Amino acid sequence: MRVNFTVNGRPQQADDVWEGESLLYVLRERLGLPGSKNACEQGECGSCTVRLDGLPVCACLVAAGQAEGREVVTVEGLAEHARRRAAGAGTPPEPAGTSLDEARRWTAAPDGTRAAALSPVQQAFVDAGAVQCGFCTPGLLVAADELIERNPEPSDADIREALSGNLCRCTGYETILDAVRLAAARAGEAGPR
Amino acid sequence: MSTAHTPAGLARTAHGGVGESAPRPDGTLKVTGEFAYASDLWHEDMLWGFTLRSPHAHARIISADVSGALATPGVYAVLTHDDLPAATRYGLEIQDTPVLADGVVRYHGEPVALVAADHPETARRAAARIRITYEELPVVGDEESATAPGAPLLHPARDDHHAAHVPHPNIVHRQPVVRGDVAAARARADVVVSGDYEVGMQDQAFLGPESGLAVPAGDGGVDLFIATQWLHADLRQIAPVLGLPEDKVRMTLSGVGGAFGGREDLSMQAHACLLALRTGRPVKMVYNRFESFFGHVHRHPARLHYEHGASSDGRLLFVKARIVLDGGAYASSSPAVVGNAASLAVGPYVVGDVDVEALALYTNNPPCGAMRGFGAVQACFAYEAQMDRLAERLGLDPVEFRQRNAMEQGAVMPTGQVVDAPAPVAELLRRVKARPLPPERPWDTAGGAPDVRALPGGLSNTTHGEGVVRGVGYAVGIKNVGFSEGFDDYSTARVRLEAVAGQPVATVHTAMAEVGQGGVTVHAQIARTELGVTRVVLQPADTRVGSAGSTSASRQTYVTGGAVRHACQEVRERVLALGRARFGAHHPAWERAVLVLEGGKVATEAGEVLAALADVLEDEVIDVEREWRHRPTEPFDLRTGQGNGHVQYSFAAHRAVVDVDTGLGLVKVVELACAQDVGKAVNPLAVTGQIQGGTVQGLGLAVMEEIVVAADGRVRNPSFTDYLIPTILDTPAIPVDILELADEHAPYGLRGAGEAPTLSATPAVVAAIRAATGIALARVPVRPEHLTGT
Repeated sequence: MRVNFTVNGRPQQADDVWEGESLLYVLRERLGLPGSKNACEQGECGSCTVRLDGLPVCACLVAAGQAEGREVVTVEGLAEHARRRAAGAGTPPEPAGTSLDEARRWTAAPDGTRAAALSPVQQAFVDAGAVQCGFCTPGLLVAADELIERNPEPSDADIREALSGNLCRCTGYETILDAVRLAAARAGEAGPR
Repeated sequence: MSTAHTPAGLARTAHGGVGESAPRPDGTLKVTGEFAYASDLWHEDMLWGFTLRSPHAHARIISADVSGALATPGVYAVLTHDDLPAATRYGLEIQDTPVLADGVVRYHGEPVALVAADHPETARRAAARIRITYEELPVVGDEESATAPGAPLLHPARDDHHAAHVPHPNIVHRQPVVRGDVAAARARADVVVSGDYEVGMQDQAFLGPESGLAVPAGDGGVDLFIATQWLHADLRQIAPVLGLPEDKVRMTLSGVGGAFGGREDLSMQAHACLLALRTGRPVKMVYNRFESFFGHVHRHPARLHYEHGASSDGRLLFVKARIVLDGGAYASSSPAVVGNAASLAVGPYVVGDVDVEALALYTNNPPCGAMRGFGAVQACFAYEAQMDRLAERLGLDPVEFRQRNAMEQGAVMPTGQVVDAPAPVAELLRRVKARPLPPERPWDTAGGAPDVRALPGGLSNTTHGEGVVRGVGYAVGIKNVGFSEGFDDYSTARVRLEAVAGQPVATVHTAMAEVGQGGVTVHAQIARTELGVTRVVLQPADTRVGSAGSTSASRQTYVTGGAVRHACQEVRERVLALGRARFGAHHPAWERAVLVLEGGKVATEAGEVLAALADVLEDEVIDVEREWRHRPTEPFDLRTGQGNGHVQYSFAAHRAVVDVDTGLGLVKVVELACAQDVGKAVNPLAVTGQIQGGTVQGLGLAVMEEIVVAADGRVRNPSFTDYLIPTILDTPAIPVDILELADEHAPYGLRGAGEAPTLSATPAVVAAIRAATGIALARVPVRPEHLTGT
């Protein structure tokens, strides 16, 4: 079958899709977007998290046909997605859990070299040391970005709840918490008040 | 000599030298989704490989009919044992592992046949059409069934170098460690405690599944792009299987999604190459999660019996221990795991009289081999439980009791080896104990209703705090660093220095497997520090450069880092010689002063700049390849276990705080504080990440992680639905306290850091659960039924 959908803002068409193929397989193997990772293909690890019409989903659990006519954002489109969001109207901040001062006290890597193309949450993951083997990272980034979009000042408990569907085997999660706190704090500094 | 300091008056080299939290060079690629992991590789016209695996743990293959699979449209090749062109077995230490089952299957999930097809689903469906007739055989599942009279011999024709020394052919290796007179010490002891302990089978559960792409080459060879821990060890095993000389099997590391020991053995490396050479097409293999649980070795499950004696003033007098490790169907690295379990069985304590025996069995259970902690994890769980029991019997605080017996620099190990570097065991315990405790009742909110996310059971909302009790527990562990027992543990690095567009650029090439640990970051830091340059280019790891050894045993920063430094120092000498030849006649400082490379310049220690590196180099390219070895070790005596078997020891201590719902048996780890001596934090951010990650793997073994193997040898839970690893909700705050007591024998004084935290986290969590519940837990993982008695 043929599937027509929008991926990272671009209309895409996948041909000869077998009915059993997942959205993950089509993204990775047919569209050449391997950023969404194939760690369990059972919906347990979150490594393939993408946004389907805005909602975070495990791409391995979505049949490719279900994406027909819909909008998908993958890690490859995250920076562009963040730029468009920033260009639009700002979302007023919600009451805080982690204080801004607390998050600001956290020290990032001293390098200071930042690639311009990264979204705030991507940059925060690099700076906080939240990337080790990195296989969980794309899914975590999509989930974390969606969290901050929905809740610009998440508490630690909010972060843990939002990321509880994403397994990481390397970091022990502490640096991932640091990264999300950092991204939220930076967004708070930069965004409209 | 190191150039790590900055001379007066000279600008510091750009950020990112040794001791700084330099960012990962692959970080940007990994956060944009562009980093190419092994499972992301793609080639024009590539086929997909699939492995048919045994449904039985022990069976004879009566017949195999592959015609149905071969006739499937889209299938290009089907291979069984009969199709192998050359060597049919491989192995890290003992070549006992069949490439494809050789008439007998010895564990559930053993590879039996291979299929290559044009779509992964076609390959799977074709494999299902292969007809194998099995005759099931009795299953050897534990020590009793393995060594009983008439037990089936799993490797009846074994002729490896351990065979002559083991009491039974179903024992892979056995290592005693005997020192002093345990009987006499027992007679003097005021308190004796004995206990039996059990550790379940843990899995590395790295996230990136086993994957690789084999591409046949025009010269009859093959190029393999693979996620592994040790390219050259793979090459040494693969080439004989393919019947090719090693120079026709070219291996390149592709992106690795974690390893933790699980990629030390071959998985599909030889399989993918065999299919590629048979079909003449590139072949990609990617295990799914189910297959991954069958495709790599696991941590050895263990049964341990310990007996400790102490005097009434709290001094350990003797330790008697027997550690039985289940090695599964094939040897893998079981012999080395036995050596570790035996030599580290007593823990970081001073004990005069010791009688230890460790052994690994051949069984029909899944093969076990390397996993973070490597034989030291199992022992640590048992000896730390014993230490708490002794402290209780003696009426002593458990930390105080440990500190009284803690080893320090100059202590003698049970193997007779003198610990000749700092061993701050008592200090690590002091530090975790001195840390303020986290607040009680973390679920209490200002609003009155509890935040269920902080309670045992979490979002399942099983309790509002009634029946929840808190406990605090401590543990400390000792782990060896690097390969031991006389292994020639070396690494190779190639470093090039040249001027590009007027700027000095260093290029570092090693075969080190970057599996997420951050070795690539460290190599760039070392090159910047030693050569005083900003720009460092890292070449992909491949077999065009000499072996780097394995990314395991906490050894890569030590050994490959040492090799990079060694090569840089040679480059430095050559660039200074070049400078002397070019400019020495005009400035006597070139000959007389101590010179440093810093900020892209050659300068005197006093800070006088003599020349820009780029001006010294001009068009010269300085290119150096060097091997580097740590101090040699020696084998343990096979009867007494005496010998200087280890090169370095690493220590970590944990304090665990847990809340337990005693009604439902649910555990919430509230905090898991760690103190560890790393000698020198080459990259503080990265080493903290290692400690936190290792801590969580220890937590997983304590309360949830176990591969369940039924009595018939079948694996019951090969999925992330049923094999549970900690989520961010299961993981507490992990404050880390890093000590840097330099080991003068190691580069920069560093101490291998990746594994030690995995040891002590497990017993600390279990000690805290015991403290909360009063239940004498002797098995990990602790399950709800152990806490509720149901």
